[in-house]
Amino acid sequence: MNTPLSWVKAYVPDLACTDQEFRDAMTLSGTKVENFTRLDKNLEKIVVGQIKKIERHPDADKLIICQVDVGGETIQIVTGAPNVKEGDKVPVVLDGGKVAGGHDGGPLPEDGIKIKNGKLRGVESFGMMCSIEELGSDRNFYPEAPEFGIYIFGDDAVVGSDAVEALGLHDSVFEYEITSNRVDCFSILGIAREAAATFRLPFKAPEIKKTGNSEDVNSMISVEIKDPDLCSRYTARVCKNIKIAPSPWWMQRRLAAAGIRPINNLVDITNYVMLEYGQPMHAYDLKTIAGNKIVVKRAAEGDTFQTLDGQDRKLDSEILMINDGEKAVGIAGIMGGENSKITDDVTDVLFEAATFNGVNIRKSAKRLGLRTDASGIFEKGLDPRNAEDAMNRACQLIEELGCGEVVGGMVDVKSPFKDLVTIPFEPDKINHFLGTDVSREEMLSYFERLEITFDEKTGLLTIPSFRQDLLGFADIAEEVARFYGYDKIPTTLPASTVAGGLSFKMMIENKARDIAEYCGFSQSMNFSFESPKVFDKLLIPADSRLRDAVKITNPLGEDYSIMRTVSVNGILSSLSTNYNRRNKDVRLYELANVYLPKALPLTELPDERMKFTLGFFGDGDFYTMKGVIEEFLEHVGIRKKLTYDPNAGISYLHPGRQAKVLLDDTELGFLGEVHPEVLDHYDIGTRAYIAELDIPTIVGLASFDYKYQGLAKFPAVSRDLSMVVPKSILAGDIEKMIQQRGGKILESYSLFDIYEGSQIKEGYKSVAYSITFRDKERTLEEADVAAAMKKILNGLEGMGIELRS
Amino acid sequence: MIKETLEAIQAQALKQISESDGLDKLNEVRVNFLGKKGELTAVLKGMKDVAPEDRPKVGQLVNETRAQIEEVLKNAQDKMERMAREAAMKSEVIDVTLPAKKNNVGHRHPNSIALEEIERVFIGMGYEVVEGPEVEYDYYNFEALNIPDGHPAKDEQDTFYVTKDILLRTQTSGCQVHEMEKGRLPIRMIAPGRVFRSDEVDATHSPSFHQVEGMVVDKDITFSDLKGTLAQFAREMFGENTKVKFRPHHFPFTEPSAEMDISCFKCGGKGCRFCKNEGWIEILGCGMVHPHVLEMSGIDPKEYTGFAFGVGLERIALLKYEIDDMRLLYENDIRFLKQF
Repeated sequence: MNTPLSWVKAYVPDLACTDQEFRDAMTLSGTKVENFTRLDKNLEKIVVGQIKKIERHPDADKLIICQVDVGGETIQIVTGAPNVKEGDKVPVVLDGGKVAGGHDGGPLPEDGIKIKNGKLRGVESFGMMCSIEELGSDRNFYPEAPEFGIYIFGDDAVVGSDAVEALGLHDSVFEYEITSNRVDCFSILGIAREAAATFRLPFKAPEIKKTGNSEDVNSMISVEIKDPDLCSRYTARVCKNIKIAPSPWWMQRRLAAAGIRPINNLVDITNYVMLEYGQPMHAYDLKTIAGNKIVVKRAAEGDTFQTLDGQDRKLDSEILMINDGEKAVGIAGIMGGENSKITDDVTDVLFEAATFNGVNIRKSAKRLGLRTDASGIFEKGLDPRNAEDAMNRACQLIEELGCGEVVGGMVDVKSPFKDLVTIPFEPDKINHFLGTDVSREEMLSYFERLEITFDEKTGLLTIPSFRQDLLGFADIAEEVARFYGYDKIPTTLPASTVAGGLSFKMMIENKARDIAEYCGFSQSMNFSFESPKVFDKLLIPADSRLRDAVKITNPLGEDYSIMRTVSVNGILSSLSTNYNRRNKDVRLYELANVYLPKALPLTELPDERMKFTLGFFGDGDFYTMKGVIEEFLEHVGIRKKLTYDPNAGISYLHPGRQAKVLLDDTELGFLGEVHPEVLDHYDIGTRAYIAELDIPTIVGLASFDYKYQGLAKFPAVSRDLSMVVPKSILAGDIEKMIQQRGGKILESYSLFDIYEGSQIKEGYKSVAYSITFRDKERTLEEADVAAAMKKILNGLEGMGIELRS
Repeated sequence: MIKETLEAIQAQALKQISESDGLDKLNEVRVNFLGKKGELTAVLKGMKDVAPEDRPKVGQLVNETRAQIEEVLKNAQDKMERMAREAAMKSEVIDVTLPAKKNNVGHRHPNSIALEEIERVFIGMGYEVVEGPEVEYDYYNFEALNIPDGHPAKDEQDTFYVTKDILLRTQTSGCQVHEMEKGRLPIRMIAPGRVFRSDEVDATHSPSFHQVEGMVVDKDITFSDLKGTLAQFAREMFGENTKVKFRPHHFPFTEPSAEMDISCFKCGGKGCRFCKNEGWIEILGCGMVHPHVLEMSGIDPKEYTGFAFGVGLERIALLKYEIDDMRLLYENDIRFLKQF
């Protein structure tokens, strides 16, 4: 919403402040000013001049030499403009002055353009005559300006006077961010009322005079509302003998400053009233209204209707239409019809000022794909009381501008108005709520400026109908806070009685971040939604439950249409980005949810499971990743021996290089080398490794409850064990046997050599372990160790393992 | 006679010590004079020829001589060892400017760093950190927050829907409702998390981003408490000299509502490229919990009041770390991540 300050001042006549002061004060009282523009920015030393004499330039065909009276002095100006003649009054920028832009109307330079005396083809020129573009505007807002050439004033312009003043450009335009609850502020009057309250000055609304001739419009036309749920009020008046002409200069200037192009008196009046009152109006050519009858009702499903922009619109049964006795003539609140639009030969006009259901207008406009200035206002939900004032204001302007003859009376069909809201006035409670100490009288003075009345007897505040946002105690407290000043409210801290902190799950996540980072992984973040093509990229079988993803019904595109059920796509995509940007040795991790539906379509919320996903390429291998997993689990208190099942069944991992991570029978996650085909799909030209751990499972097993175990007092005994092992036997199988058979004195074991090659017979590998025994209570004797070793050896031999001497 | 002999031995020993050019030589001297077959031992062995009454005196003389020789010997040895160590160290000089052997510790995402900062501030003030679902019921995202069907705020936020009643949350504010419904008062919580809005990706927009919701509900909570708390947050987050400005605003679930600006931490409020010459930067929305919102979640607004606020995490991260394009946050280019 753009409002020229001069228009606001028309209703707050005592308002005297700088633009910046206005901006700051309005913003602090709740009418946020986004920015403001001075219309006379960079317009300096520009006066009205009159061309006295024109001669041809001796050396240039396209230039002329003008003698221009600039008030008390005549100066010579050379110009190439084609449109001037002797006697014309024109804007002249004098030596040392400035204009806002170039003659071609391009973007305005920040500091304007400085004008100095100079020579054009050898002839001296003491200034410049200006086009409307050079004055920072254009023909949309000064329709009388010529398409090419110098702006020419009317005869009443005073030679030597300020040309910027004469053009009405000594003004500033303010742009506000009006919040959706303040429907009343989408109007000049609403802004002016706020300005008056903010600056504690009187507010003077325009005086609406009685209009109309002795006829009664009610005997000329009739209005019927068939769907009162969508139209709570419809007012109509008629104006006869319309004389279409340009609207007066002051009206054109106000509309132009508000960003609306002046067209003619009739159109300009409806736009003017819409800006002033925040009530859109529509004018129908009365001779097109069959039966002089207006019927407001829903369209029939599937009807089409041609709007006044010539477009055919497909209707549905929730779109409200304005009909005459025979046919539809407009889409209510959105756009009028081609069949009833005003043309230059109009004589009689039917004015409409109505109140439509805001939600319906918004939804209809959206479905039609047709958002207009009017629908943008209607959709906020207007005050039905406002329609009458706006209607009468428009008719008053018709009379004042000599635009036509207003017929007496008004057709007014409406549902009963809602009672005005009343709210108990509780000053102590307000102060207690705000933490302030504002006096009762002070509060009442704010209310008075806001046209909220107070009844001492009942103790009730009565809210004016245009303030639809004021419904209860908290709303009243906000009005007090706004006009007392948010900045004056003290700052205190609530008394603290509780201790804060992170949840256990968050502490596990923090540990995951710490360990991943110590291990060289950086944190990545990826979107939660992705493309359903991901499943094919990851070779996920067609019947996999992972393909049952939560679908977004209105996604930004297919690529963002499903909620991920697999966590690795984000990491793989990011690894690909890095690989293709030639970044080396990239290690990334992510902590984010997958979304697993319990049933599709969703009847309840999906299971959101936090996954700890890691991925890397470059330096490192499968066992690097395995190390990271074990470091993490150890640091969240999971210290039992993990097992790794190579039959993990993960489609996107190398079939021979993947493992499920198990703690006893509980699956914690998996890791592996990325399947070569998947690497191709992601355009990663090197081996890559990924792992995924399920955070909820780990949270259930983790503990930060450490217990110290005494350091060993008695010596340990170590034995080395060299074996020739069939290739099919995993190190994990050997370890399981050592674990099972080692007895209570088994302390630890570690693999120290593994070898496959020419010295070892086909199908076998050489494996060597060091096994350590210790008893906590005593020094071990040789016999103890020998017994334990024998058990282990027997077990291993049973597996087909040969011992090397 | 013995005395002269001892003096001669001592003089001889000291001479040889001073002439020694290495630890081996010194050891030779030790053996020659003090060893089992050494000269001093020989003197002791000759004690049998000394008159018994003179023996203690001679013994003492021999011991004194031995002690003196030992001391000189030790000093010489220490000195030589020191020199040898110094010589060794001289030969071991390294080039300290050669590259470091780093562990290549990874880097945290700027969003996480900013979030940890926020969490630190509020945990310090006694706030619990909680979470809510990202795929959420319409009720929690809108209706329970005073945003009924048809409310313009429902449109403005461009919601992604899954079913008629289930959507991707557009704000973390639903966590307020979840927290209130638990029925445990007082409440003092922040709820960070992902939110989703149907915005095309560009330098300042992303369809997926993060918010941190905050809420306090207790007896006697005032608007001044809201101001004080958020002013404290701003100072801890952006520096001790940070000033705050509260402007009236509108959110359906708070009343009165405000937006908070902070004085530009780059220019201190003078106006710069960063704050678009405003001197102020808009940082969050906040307000007193709307009585109807309390009521809908089963809290009696006559007894309890509260305040709530919502911060855009990316906004804080972009501002604080001077990141000029939001897309960088979701590209995960290691050259970007390594800067944090």
